[in-house]
Amino acid sequence: MIRYIIRRLLISIPILLIGSFACYVLVASAGNPLAEMRFRPGVTEADIKAAEISLGLDKPVFVRYWNWLTDFLSGDWGQSIALGQAKTAVFPAVTDALWTTGRLVIGAELLALTLGVSVGVLAAVRQYSIFDYLATSTAFLMFSMPIFCVAVIVKNYGIQFNNVLESMGLERWLTTAGPRPGGFSGSFGEVIFKYTGTFLLPTVALMLISFAAYSRFERASMLEILHSDFVRTARAKGISQSRVIFRHAFRNALIPVATLFSLNFGGVLSGAIITETVFGWAGMGTLLVNSVRQFDPPMLMGWLAVTATLIVLFNLVADVVYGILDPRIRLG
Amino acid sequence: MANINLAPEGGVVNSAPQSDSHEFDATKTRTQGQLVLRRFLRHRLAMVSFGVFVFLILFAFIGPLIWTYDFEDVSSKAYQPMSGTHPLGTTQVGKDMLALLMRGTGYSLQIALIVAALATAIGVIFGALAGYLRGFVDTALMRLVDLLLIIPQIAVAAIVVKGFSGSWYVVALVLAAFAWMQIARITRGETLSLSQREFIEAARACGATTPRIIFKHLVPNMIGSITVNATLAIATAVLTEAALSFLGLGVQPPDTSLGVIVLENYGQFLNRPWLFWGPFIVLVSLSLAVNFIGDGLRDAFDPRQTKVRA
Repeated sequence: MIRYIIRRLLISIPILLIGSFACYVLVASAGNPLAEMRFRPGVTEADIKAAEISLGLDKPVFVRYWNWLTDFLSGDWGQSIALGQAKTAVFPAVTDALWTTGRLVIGAELLALTLGVSVGVLAAVRQYSIFDYLATSTAFLMFSMPIFCVAVIVKNYGIQFNNVLESMGLERWLTTAGPRPGGFSGSFGEVIFKYTGTFLLPTVALMLISFAAYSRFERASMLEILHSDFVRTARAKGISQSRVIFRHAFRNALIPVATLFSLNFGGVLSGAIITETVFGWAGMGTLLVNSVRQFDPPMLMGWLAVTATLIVLFNLVADVVYGILDPRIRLG
Repeated sequence: MANINLAPEGGVVNSAPQSDSHEFDATKTRTQGQLVLRRFLRHRLAMVSFGVFVFLILFAFIGPLIWTYDFEDVSSKAYQPMSGTHPLGTTQVGKDMLALLMRGTGYSLQIALIVAALATAIGVIFGALAGYLRGFVDTALMRLVDLLLIIPQIAVAAIVVKGFSGSWYVVALVLAAFAWMQIARITRGETLSLSQREFIEAARACGATTPRIIFKHLVPNMIGSITVNATLAIATAVLTEAALSFLGLGVQPPDTSLGVIVLENYGQFLNRPWLFWGPFIVLVSLSLAVNFIGDGLRDAFDPRQTKVRA
């Protein structure tokens, strides 16, 4: 197992190198970060030349990539060169955003996975029951729904719920504008109250989408396994229904869901980006949108490198989990 | 989201060609194509969805010719409620919502269809080459897939749109560049097993060239899963394009699309809900219809399918 992990890590190094180079070339060719400088009053040609040299823009792209890479690996991720927020360091900006997004995604994904898998199993065990039809059609509808529409709907019903609370003389509970910096204060009960109020809506929005995919998938694979020979054998041996479902069928039906979970990471991330934008969280989504709008190459490269590395790691974790779930797969 | 159709039910096995047809009708022989068509036509949900899809196409491309307002016409008063002259009201700048929706649906459809066509073409060619030639070509192409899977599509699309242009065809090209991997993987898998069969060996023994084997022998035998996945690629493309445009990183004004319309109007959710629900309903029915058509096709191509008899 350890040999397998090491080998996988070694394989991902060239992929990450080529990927980051491709990203660098893309970012470098997408625009000139000094374009706006020309339109500022009092900027001479010499100033632009100086800025070009200080940013290393006079060198060929290979040299620039190499410099960026060595700096990046040694921990110097550079500084933002966008106008408004001049000289913001990239490293804290990206890690802060990642922390914000991570808190949202982890909770929502765990909820979606638990709910989706249980609903999928129930729907498969009680196939063609009312519950099955309800679950399947809900999943299909959610699956065809654009994430941003779900987020907008959830957000606005949250606002209306708040209005109802207020008209009943209570405090507005649900927050629709992202967590306040500096954390929550007050007594333990108040912190819980504020925390759930802040996280509830975006988590629900993000969860609904992932849930649909997991439950559909789990139902399909569970159905296939429930009709397979070894399950029939297990039943014939006189093993109790619950033991057949949980020990024999469920374990096997989890394998495709584990694959989906790993491959879906990119999709979940873009879902989180959209949810964040609607709810105004200062996470990876906001960072990406702002860096693209202001055209900030160092920030973009930091963003891309972190996301790509995370996706690679996630795929590796999924493969290891895969091996644990399915001992027939020999890793190594 | 793009990776959902890896479902165990996803693969379509075409192992029962014409010889099966007598099972359904003893008096008349039908070709595989006729059988598939009959099964699809009898799939009620798929036919209803097909009707909705055709209606949306007419709405997007014939509608603007009939409707009195142009989508760029800003002469009406801002934020009018729903009325006879403006069935879906007007927007902040006084554009007629119905006209805007027709144009947006048209652009979204155009993008989705081009993305699906390009992604299918690239995916099938790459997947078949990798699966048929194996060895170095296979490794190289699959590494390329790995590479594209680690770069977030949303970021690349955003950078390209910012750096080059936000026209609808640029958005379509970027989306297609990230949409073909799914189809390539499925095609490769099927090619791997198909190329072990005798008829491929026979073709090779007759001296058929690689392109001939791929396009005359392999692709026709995979047409089921290719069609199904191409359909599902349309649905994914509709949603991805809308999401990108909603973030302001996709189609840029003066071009419009369903995502752009939602972006411009979702702030009015509580005060003028029709400005949100209009594009929402079009978007959801488009994606639902395409998904159901895909499901119907999957059932139609699957010879093991017993729910709908041909």
